[in-house]
Amino acid sequence: MTPMNDAAHSDVAYNLHVNGQQREVVGGSVGESLLHVLRERLGLMGTKGACEQGECGSCSVLVEDVLVCACLVMARSAVGQRIVTIEGISPIGTPNDVQRAFVHAGAVQCGFCTPGLVIATHSLLDRNSEPTELEIREGLAGNICRCTGYGRILDAVQRVAADRQGGRE
Amino acid sequence: MTVGAASASSSASTPGGRLGDSAPRPDGIAKALGTFSFAGDITADGCLWGATLRSPHPHALIVSIDVSSALKMPGVHAVVTAADVPGSATYGLIISDQPVFAQGVVRFVGEPVAAVAADDPDLCRRALAAIVVEYEVLTPLTDPEKATDESVPSIHPAGNVVRHQRIVCGDQSIEGPVVVEGTYHLGRQDQAFLGLEAALAIPDPGGGGVEIHVATQWLHEDRRQMAACLALPDEEVRIVLAGVGGAFGAREDISLQIHCGLLALKTGRAVRMAYDRSESFVGHVHRHPATVFMRHHADHDGVIRRIEARFVLDGGPYASTSSAVLLNAVTHAQGPYRCPNATIDGWAVRTNNLPSGAMRGFGVVQACFAHERQMHKLAEACGLDQVEVRLRNAMRTGDRLITGQVMKSVAPVERIIREVAALRMPTEPVGVHARRGVGYAVSLKNLMYSEGFDDYAVARVRLADGVATVKFATAEVGQGFVTLAQQIARTVLGVEDVVLDRIDTLVGSGGSTSASRQTWMSGGAVDGACRLVRDRLLHLVAARHGMDLSRLAIEGTDIVETGGALRVPVSEASAGVEFDETFEHHHPATVHLDADGQGDCHTAFAFAAHRAVVDVDPELGVVKVVQVATSQDVGRALNPLAVVGQIEGGIAQGIGLALMEELVQIDGHVQNATFTDYLVPTFLDMPEVVISLVEEHEPLAPLGAKGVGEPPTISATPAVVAAICDALGIEVDRVPVRPADIYR
Repeated sequence: MTPMNDAAHSDVAYNLHVNGQQREVVGGSVGESLLHVLRERLGLMGTKGACEQGECGSCSVLVEDVLVCACLVMARSAVGQRIVTIEGISPIGTPNDVQRAFVHAGAVQCGFCTPGLVIATHSLLDRNSEPTELEIREGLAGNICRCTGYGRILDAVQRVAADRQGGRE
Repeated sequence: MTVGAASASSSASTPGGRLGDSAPRPDGIAKALGTFSFAGDITADGCLWGATLRSPHPHALIVSIDVSSALKMPGVHAVVTAADVPGSATYGLIISDQPVFAQGVVRFVGEPVAAVAADDPDLCRRALAAIVVEYEVLTPLTDPEKATDESVPSIHPAGNVVRHQRIVCGDQSIEGPVVVEGTYHLGRQDQAFLGLEAALAIPDPGGGGVEIHVATQWLHEDRRQMAACLALPDEEVRIVLAGVGGAFGAREDISLQIHCGLLALKTGRAVRMAYDRSESFVGHVHRHPATVFMRHHADHDGVIRRIEARFVLDGGPYASTSSAVLLNAVTHAQGPYRCPNATIDGWAVRTNNLPSGAMRGFGVVQACFAHERQMHKLAEACGLDQVEVRLRNAMRTGDRLITGQVMKSVAPVERIIREVAALRMPTEPVGVHARRGVGYAVSLKNLMYSEGFDDYAVARVRLADGVATVKFATAEVGQGFVTLAQQIARTVLGVEDVVLDRIDTLVGSGGSTSASRQTWMSGGAVDGACRLVRDRLLHLVAARHGMDLSRLAIEGTDIVETGGALRVPVSEASAGVEFDETFEHHHPATVHLDADGQGDCHTAFAFAAHRAVVDVDPELGVVKVVQVATSQDVGRALNPLAVVGQIEGGIAQGIGLALMEELVQIDGHVQNATFTDYLVPTFLDMPEVVISLVEEHEPLAPLGAKGVGEPPTISATPAVVAAICDALGIEVDRVPVRPADIYR
């Protein structure tokens, strides 16, 4: 734990493009993580932090459609890039197909990993609309769930993939 | 009921859902949307941040603490140490022996020494760095075996032995003819819940009490310990359950509650605290590391004649629940097997390692790993199949346990063994360079609290205009009690709408969300309160229509007269009236063990059997779990989807202990307190799980259902280890199994 230097604090505000909106970030220090800024400066508490090392995936967000751990991204490095968080993955207050499938398949217990897994699932299915079981396991291996043992999450993702395929026919 | 992993969740679940349905969670959508508020998400305008200064030494005297520089920093509002604790200097679940802040001595790496409140987290860190603590380092006591020796100097005024318990049962002279033995070791497993410790404490305006929003397993016990340390009457400490991101035992003990409350009272402002992962690893209790010696004496046909066992559990420096964990270890030494004679000795001791306490399986994990390794050896010594040796010894209802207690619970041990053995084997081909093995393990687990503790649960139910409102202080930690409470109310009262009131201490205790007890205990309380309300409603309807009360019942959402004379919807019958009832559910009383380990100390039991299939690469020493099959005695599956969730999640933690999870300490110093170095199972580590639920309704249980949370974890671990041993033809006597333990 290094004591913060006062000079690291900046009064210069900057903008982040989050969930389709320009959001002004005021206060804080230069080196703050995107996770910290989303939660503590912008009040977007849906993105969770559980390891701050990029190991658990709880803080998964999309930056320019790329799945990243917000704890490993410096907030200022994301200026000018499109950021999508759990709050922006579906219309406000309305669960999308992935979110509904998670609930109905029993993929949600304590729910702490759920926002990150929902984001990661979107990313996976956008890249691969018909994933095999192994591809789902590999695609979501960066997201730790301590409650479910992943079985019902696998079921939820398979349901979404199948429903989306069905919808296209 | 056999549940294929793929079919478990496909059963139709109506919106809402009654007992027996796979009802969806009421908080599920909010959790999936990210709008559900976890403890770390709760904030208040103008709140301060709190942080904790912790000991860098496993054992040291505190010569001096100088907080003056920290206090002078602009934006720092309080610095507190042991001298600032207004009430009891110590806390603890069973014995109050753990200092709120270290007083004169630190006894583990990470022990709290001081706490600060400041304007922001950065300032907190700088203030902690400005506190000067002078230590005189002492030699730590880190070997639990040494701590059993009464001549070794005590690291705590209460002595190094927290509890020593013998069990002496039957004929002590029985020997052989077949004898198998071993010494087994289990490492320190961390609960590693994802939602880190966090709280927001808000002082009452004008002084007095404090309200704290915190993730916990047992609201009223937190309140009792907080109130004692803060020198407040219980009612001036209000606990509100904040969203809990998993628990698994680690939230049964106090972590930051008292510190956060004290800082709020001291500053007169709301204070928010949040641990990071490294702090969490040292900031809560863990599973007890254990060394277990066991010797089984059996006939040539594999029937057990006597067991000998010796347990040493490393409790760390403070008692926490060590005495109860030891009770579970020694009383479960026989496993789910008949055993007429036993000689058992167990110690839970203090060391300068991290404090140990509750974790899923609570002492039984340690016993089960040992007795199942023993059963594996017994089968080999007798030339028996691994399934057959267990069938020959399977416990039954009515059997006398080694404590003298009679098994009153439904005990379908033989059935779960037969069912797990009959479940389909994996179709996946054996991996390249790998050798495949199959292993079995079976467990029993006590449900609810033991040894005279009356862990009752309270619920309050109000019915008005067809809407039921249920209030309880039962901690929802992810297991789904909120779902079950709604299912019970819908079933008993015939309502569709069930509102769950806030979970807080404004109603009687729900007891702890642990010991696989909430379905039975808080479920019993909700069921009891609903029945009282239903009786009043039926009375009203009987009076209104001049009918015989005994002929009225609730069917679906209607009140019906059994002869067909009346059918009226509950919503209509309850229009304009309000019934409000509270019910307190108790389980049958238990007693303390005597000096020889005899007594009816446990309330009830549940059983589980596991079969693991693994592929082992002997050159790399790595293990892939290919499949885990399980048959579990659940009494009655009140929500099959939730039961499957507990089973699959429990197996994941059992696999974690078997293969990767160990918080390592060297000379008391923690080596791997991060998720980079402490590994928990990922999606790729988890195999296919095949489940058979055995539903023989438990007559002792209010809803016929047994708790399902712990059994899946307990025997999953030895099943995986047995499969490794089977694959390579070796013996493994410790978990987690490291590559070096199996490299050939």
